[in-house]
Amino acid sequence: MKNGITKASLFLLFLFTTDISFAQGDATSGNSIFSIALIAIAILLVLVVIVVVGDNLLALEAKRTGVSEKGGNVSIFPKWAEIMRPKMPAHIDPDNVTVLKQGHDILLLGEAAPDVIETASVTRFAIQPKNFRGLAPIPKMLVEEGVSVKAGDPLFFDKSNPDVVFGAPVSGEVISIHRGEKRAIDEVIILADKEIQYRDLGKIDLEKTSREDLVKHLIGSGAWNLFRQRPFDLVANPADVPNNIFISTFDTAPLAPDLNLVVAGNEAAFQAGINTLAKLTSGKVHIGLDGRRELAPSTAFTQAANAEVHWFHGKHPAGNVGIQIHHIDPITPSSKVWTLGVQEVISLGTLISEGKYDCSRMIALGGSEVIRPRYVRTYAGANIKELLQGEIAPGNVRIISGDVLSGSQKSEDQFLNFYDDQVTVIKEGDYYELFGWLLPLSPRPSVSNTFPNFLYPSLKFEADTNTHGEKRAFVMTGQYEKVLPMDIYPQHLMKSIIVNDFERMEGLGLLELVEEDVALCEFVCTSKQPLQKILREGLDYMQEQA
Amino acid sequence: MKKALLKFFDRIEPSKEKHPFMHTLYDGFFTFAFTPNHVTKGGVHIRDGMDLKRTMVHVVLALQLCYIFGTYNIGHQHYVAIGEYTGLMQGFHLKLIHGLIKVLPIFIVTNVVGLGIEFYYAYKKGHGIEEGFLVSGALIPLIMPPDIPLWILAMAVVFAVIIGKEAFGGTGMNILNVALLARVFIFFAYPTTISGDEVWISEIDKIGVGQYVSGEYGWAHGLFDKLFAWFGWAQFGAGGQAVVDGYTGATPLALAAKGGWQAVTESYTPGQMLWGTIPGSIGETSKPFILAGAAFLLVTGVASWRIMLSMFLGALGMAYILNLWGATTFMEVPWMYQFYMGSFFFAMAFMATDPVTASSTNRGKWIYGFLIGMVGMIVRVLNPAYPEGWMLAILFMNVFAPLIDHYVVEANISRRMKRAKTTA
Repeated sequence: MKNGITKASLFLLFLFTTDISFAQGDATSGNSIFSIALIAIAILLVLVVIVVVGDNLLALEAKRTGVSEKGGNVSIFPKWAEIMRPKMPAHIDPDNVTVLKQGHDILLLGEAAPDVIETASVTRFAIQPKNFRGLAPIPKMLVEEGVSVKAGDPLFFDKSNPDVVFGAPVSGEVISIHRGEKRAIDEVIILADKEIQYRDLGKIDLEKTSREDLVKHLIGSGAWNLFRQRPFDLVANPADVPNNIFISTFDTAPLAPDLNLVVAGNEAAFQAGINTLAKLTSGKVHIGLDGRRELAPSTAFTQAANAEVHWFHGKHPAGNVGIQIHHIDPITPSSKVWTLGVQEVISLGTLISEGKYDCSRMIALGGSEVIRPRYVRTYAGANIKELLQGEIAPGNVRIISGDVLSGSQKSEDQFLNFYDDQVTVIKEGDYYELFGWLLPLSPRPSVSNTFPNFLYPSLKFEADTNTHGEKRAFVMTGQYEKVLPMDIYPQHLMKSIIVNDFERMEGLGLLELVEEDVALCEFVCTSKQPLQKILREGLDYMQEQA
Repeated sequence: MKKALLKFFDRIEPSKEKHPFMHTLYDGFFTFAFTPNHVTKGGVHIRDGMDLKRTMVHVVLALQLCYIFGTYNIGHQHYVAIGEYTGLMQGFHLKLIHGLIKVLPIFIVTNVVGLGIEFYYAYKKGHGIEEGFLVSGALIPLIMPPDIPLWILAMAVVFAVIIGKEAFGGTGMNILNVALLARVFIFFAYPTTISGDEVWISEIDKIGVGQYVSGEYGWAHGLFDKLFAWFGWAQFGAGGQAVVDGYTGATPLALAAKGGWQAVTESYTPGQMLWGTIPGSIGETSKPFILAGAAFLLVTGVASWRIMLSMFLGALGMAYILNLWGATTFMEVPWMYQFYMGSFFFAMAFMATDPVTASSTNRGKWIYGFLIGMVGMIVRVLNPAYPEGWMLAILFMNVFAPLIDHYVVEANISRRMKRAKTTA
């Protein structure tokens, strides 16, 4: 209160004095009053400088002696962030919120309806070795076509790390092993049983199991690919002990599933998964919570034991785990952290508490070209054609496993990627548009105010895949920073990757990023640069050097 | 209609192998008419509706008010000098046509020369025609005096585009602002055409010390005279009238440098200076219209508000300091009136905010804009040789922008390194 009054009176005084000087400026005579006004302003400026310097010295002293703690304010001025803090729902702990101002929500038509959750009748599932980064080029197969497997039975292993086997997501018959270029394995397809048979892996009592035994058990059970490791976004290396493990419990990407629906009914499995993770890390398990929802998130998230929760209030990409890591405990060149999605944590929990490798997934089917956007239950790696049977609107469409920003394009007879929990179908944009750059006729998502979009903040768009322009050199600046809530200069980072400046790319924070984090930057890019591709080239180059 | 047009374009498409230059030209015009049917491939599946063409055209749109007023003001100043139609709206058609006769050749020469070079380089390097010159070509006419000889203008554009831009690799790669480079070329190579008192008023010839007459009108004026006679309106006549006694055409800044604010107000009222009915470069005189353009750029987010605000603060601070110093009559010009004179707002809205040559980091933009404001005001007030400072200040800071960015980026790197050390 006191601060407010001081500030207001200072401001009023300032206004008053400037008013005098303006009034004087219009008259050609009366220099004396004008100079008095100038002197008054000068004195005021000196006073302000003294106060500000003193205030900063106070802050420095407080920092040195450790008086100021997180969230505390020793300054006489209220913190800018405190004044500008958005209104939060009551269920959020105000001291534990990270407000992320940068970002942008792309609202698209065809959001999955949350009220009906159906079970999809999918018969074919595939595990795709290319979904798992960091493997030797060609994995060694352990099964042949025609063999029957149970869920969790090993299908293949990584030649560079022979202990790590990859388990079958469902039980059934291995009907085909697709090989691509240079005999690399693209897909191992399983025709699923009507009733999934699980390989009995045995329940684990976490209290009585050492970390080594737990790791050995997880490696052998075919579930090791649930863990992803950063930097580089690889399948975790069993030899590494992660500094921390991060889980984001909300997805802000366009048309992403509501993970609260996913965890409903699986709360115990989620907690069992968290308990397991707590055992695996030398640090903590961090859970990122959505601070923007009016409704409180599931208590499985907010009251998870053995984990630390953090609220994040912001637009996309606030739900990306990479952004959350940056604000909780940033990745450094020497650190290794693991990340899991909520569904992977549930699978892990089931594995530990019930002894079965259950890869069931809830998938959001969305996009303007899906006739009935909704949630379906199936298993990881479901066949896309069967998943979307009769649900795709006629016309030239693009099917995407994942979201429209960082997902991958799929043809109908391909399969969902292992880590994806949504399928998006949108129109292809292979049309010419007359003066489209000047007078666009159809609404389209954009962060630019040259479109009237900002007048309709809740308008949902029917986006298509047209690039809306040609690729150009980097011209505009400051665009990426507006949508990336991290202390990173994306444009300078991209340029350092293009010129292979190894030290600079590491220094500018390449290791803290993976593709999904810069996907929104790529979306907004006026010059239509392929940022995700450039970033991966940088990561590959860095991995080679390391 | 769209289909017919597409068909037409399809029919006239020249072969890429046989006529590569024609194909480049064709591609340029085709992509101007139609956004291509490219779809995303790898990476994001949807793209923002914004592209470089749209960005550039918004700057050009923001300049339109300056064009309209600048054109009219050429005619207005001409008639004020010869003492006819001295009211702003008197002789409207004569002033407008006179202005158009001056502006159109400048605009056409600038764009034909500049775009010609762009097309040639696009063909030579085998890439599409980039939009960079769209804005430069709209800016250059506005910062020229109305009587600029067209061959000098063409030389300046050639210099700016080849040495200033293509030598560095084309759009997005240049270090110096292309439009200002064209102007600074004339400023140093042909100074008499762009400085002094006479050049800011069109069609005025010096016949002796302090004696001027208006120039003889050319065929274009004659052509319009026939039209006006048909309508029964006032006509240009033959020209060659005497200029009113004591009229010099000196700009407010030239007056201020000699006699301070008092000398300025003897010739112009603050209102005239604000609305821009004063001699000057074609597009830089009218503050409200420039600020309307600036507001348009800020609302659409095309230009950086950080640069505009910090440049304003820098100039204001420097003007204030000079007021306090007050060693010459120019320094004593009240700080707010410094903004009434000269081309500060034009430089702030359209020149300093060029994203390619400005600082690329947000923190750097604050420093960059602030220093332009300070340096420009110093050049204007303290340097006797250069009447206005923004062109030189912006080019000067263009050179330093990468250095500012370097330190901002290095600070980010060292912050990260420090963090890595404390956690390791």
